[in-house]
Amino acid sequence: MHKMLWALFNRDMTLFMQRKQDVVTVLGFFLIAVALFPLGISSDPDLLRTIAPGAIWIAALFSTVLALDRLFSEDLDDGTLEQQMLMPVPISLMLLVRLVAHWVITSLPIVLLAPLMGLQFGLAFNEIAILTLSLLIGTPILVLLGAIGAALTVGLKSSGGLVTLLLLPLYVPVLILGTSAVSSTMNGVDVTAHFSLLGAALIVSLVLSPFAVATALKITLD
Amino acid sequence: MLEVEGLAAEREERLLFSGLSVSVSAGEGLHIIGENGAGKTTLLRILCGLTLQSAGKISWCGQAVSKFREEYCSDLLYLGHKNANKTELNCRENLRLALGVLPVSDDAISDALHDTGLGLISHLPTRFLSQGQQRRLSLARLLLTKSKLWILDEPYVALDYKAIEWLDSHLERHLSNQGMLILTSHQKLTMSSEIRVLNLGEQYA
Repeated sequence: MHKMLWALFNRDMTLFMQRKQDVVTVLGFFLIAVALFPLGISSDPDLLRTIAPGAIWIAALFSTVLALDRLFSEDLDDGTLEQQMLMPVPISLMLLVRLVAHWVITSLPIVLLAPLMGLQFGLAFNEIAILTLSLLIGTPILVLLGAIGAALTVGLKSSGGLVTLLLLPLYVPVLILGTSAVSSTMNGVDVTAHFSLLGAALIVSLVLSPFAVATALKITLD
Repeated sequence: MLEVEGLAAEREERLLFSGLSVSVSAGEGLHIIGENGAGKTTLLRILCGLTLQSAGKISWCGQAVSKFREEYCSDLLYLGHKNANKTELNCRENLRLALGVLPVSDDAISDALHDTGLGLISHLPTRFLSQGQQRRLSLARLLLTKSKLWILDEPYVALDYKAIEWLDSHLERHLSNQGMLILTSHQKLTMSSEIRVLNLGEQYA
């Protein structure tokens, strides 16, 4: 069974190598969105340091939503999704593999670029470390929750806006925990609680989200 | 052996068929016919477990399919209306991805592509392929699979007469190897094997 799941992971990687432009678009969006904050607000270094965690986190959040659009839609259109639903492995496990691949392709680059963005806003070394770590734990939660929205709306014509509306309420707690972890570090407050909560949210969504996505896709394909 | 008992399906509150009972055992083929909208595709999708029936039971080798989904799926090959090919990949890559789950050698894939008549264009991204060639690529999976039950939705669509002969010979071979086959087609079948006909329009409406 692990061979099949590994083959599925490789499939998504192969497809990604064939259309890097999708990922470049998402990364470009992230970089530009973050770069626009200093231009639009102020070049005051102190102010920029204050808004940095929020700016980077919000940009990462919207990049995730942007990338979700492609998660199932093409596979539904060309018929590969129904073939995947017929793989002789549990559907939720199959979906978990696909979500991990999606995270590696679309979110990991954002996490890796975050330190650079932190430098741009003049964050200190330990603040950058906390920012990156919060994104490393936070973005998988965004992908796992977002996939539920993507699966529910995949059959619809213009699903982008609807997904955003569906997801934002779920994303708010993750956003608050992620940004306040970094701001607390700036103010010298202990951030163990933030990471405990983020970790708990990650575990819960890892366990529950694949089942919810499987149910949503079954309804879509029915 | 696939057994279907008292199957009923509805689409948007319209009853397509009900009380459908049929069985397919090793070496048997079933040809489902019916007018457009009679529910042929819906029936095939129900048999695969992609669509939920409104009543009835499907069992595979005596076990309910809904409870032993993974075992059933490993014996099942379904080809629907959509070819499930990725347009940016070439034939070889597509076949490899589709069969990623099976231990298939490169040589076997080459042979299958050659046999399907795609040998010379196997390096082209499939978006350059004609409708019929895309269908052939989709059908090339039949050569490499070890599944016992083949469920094919309109496999003859877009095929030229040579490809139809080719497909016929493979379906016949599958049946003579004790495989099972369920297909829909609006054409009269040209296979030499004997195939039972199930008319969805008549007794089940």
